[in-house]
Amino acid sequence: MLWELICRVFGIPAYLVPTPSAIWADTWKLIGPVSDHTLATTRTVLLGFLASLIVSLPLAVLITASPAVANTIYPFLVLTQSIPKVALAPILVVIFGSNELPRVVVTFLVAFFPLVLSIAAGIASVPPELIELGRACRASRWRELWRIRLPYAVPFIFSGLKAAITLSVVGAVVGEFVNADKGLGYLIVTSTAFFQVPLAWGALVLLSLLGIILFQIVVIVEQVFFPWAITDDKQVA
Amino acid sequence: MSDVSLEVGRNEFVCLVGPSGCGKSTLLRLVAGLVPPTGGNVSIGDAAVTEPRDDTGIVFQAPTLLPWASILDNVLFPLDMMGRLDAAGRDRARELLALVGLAGFESKYPRELSGGMQQRAGICRALVHDPDILLMDEPFGALDALTREELTVELMRIWQERPKTILFVTHSIPEAVLLADRVVVMSARPGRVAEIINVALPRPRDFDMEARSEFQDATRRIRELIFGNRGARR
Repeated sequence: MLWELICRVFGIPAYLVPTPSAIWADTWKLIGPVSDHTLATTRTVLLGFLASLIVSLPLAVLITASPAVANTIYPFLVLTQSIPKVALAPILVVIFGSNELPRVVVTFLVAFFPLVLSIAAGIASVPPELIELGRACRASRWRELWRIRLPYAVPFIFSGLKAAITLSVVGAVVGEFVNADKGLGYLIVTSTAFFQVPLAWGALVLLSLLGIILFQIVVIVEQVFFPWAITDDKQVA
Repeated sequence: MSDVSLEVGRNEFVCLVGPSGCGKSTLLRLVAGLVPPTGGNVSIGDAAVTEPRDDTGIVFQAPTLLPWASILDNVLFPLDMMGRLDAAGRDRARELLALVGLAGFESKYPRELSGGMQQRAGICRALVHDPDILLMDEPFGALDALTREELTVELMRIWQERPKTILFVTHSIPEAVLLADRVVVMSARPGRVAEIINVALPRPRDFDMEARSEFQDATRRIRELIFGNRGARR
């Protein structure tokens, strides 16, 4: 409302900041293609997100297995993070071809790092007494991992997942900027190129909505399946 | 630790007291088989302890229950880890929970219980596989004073009903005297046994016995050993 009012009162031109009503009208006109773009982006985000979860879990387990392994893996992890993804994306397109794969890889590269860090932190945070208890029961390392360490890491895993899902949206858009024929990122690039600014804003709004909804889904999954993980702080006392 | 020699009889209740860093906890971990001795040996019955054995139960200072598991599953955890979970084990777990006054809390989660109740569950967890030796590392150290007294009395009752050999580390001299048949006083750097004190109080015991001369004598002697001259001046 305020936004609409300010735009109208001060006569801000639509190519700078369009009014919400104009954004709504222009986006609604193209609802068919726009939903296709949204679906394409959602797909890239989810694939990249899943890939980062699948890779991060064993990687974090390896890192926490021994300091030697950690020292070997960490430099490579940091290397993947210090490369600017925007710069890497065109090169990935050359490697993987002009299809969905480079976009998913960029999404993965943006999202997986905080996930590895938080899972590793979670696995390392298990109280030493619990490990001793496991050893006193002569549990194998595998059992110790599955029955003590990983469950204990769940709250940490979820804080990592929350960071990863929002970063996945960022990663997917970066990927689409560089190479795509579909997607909200692609829509922003093409619509601004043709001065369809309200449409670009519409894509922007949809991207934020997508991020918020996906984030909330992660929150709900945590609440439904791991309710004990939410109020865990009390335990520490 | 250097030159520590201690022999504990079957079903005896032995408390270890001493300043921080005297090796009380290390001694427990040696008996548990969690750390190997750098010299000397530990044996239970005729067998040397080289690795954790099935018939030892451990209670830690913090209850360290699994936050994702119900109280019953927490108590069953050692059996589960050993791959010995069966109906008899479940019955035992319920029985033990009833014994410590936690009947009806089986399906609750640790965060729904007070610290004292969590530690009771921790004791059940240590007893669920019916060990002959119970190792307790300052089990009541993190509790408030009232809960602590309550649990001390309760532990004596449990021990009376289910006799076990108990090694109990504590920083509380009255607690040690009240609980133990013998109190092992240790000194630090290097950790060694300063003296072993026999407590002559009759059983069953309760906190009213703090007024008796046997109790006074024992606590005074332990204070002298730990604080040396500083204690004598007071």
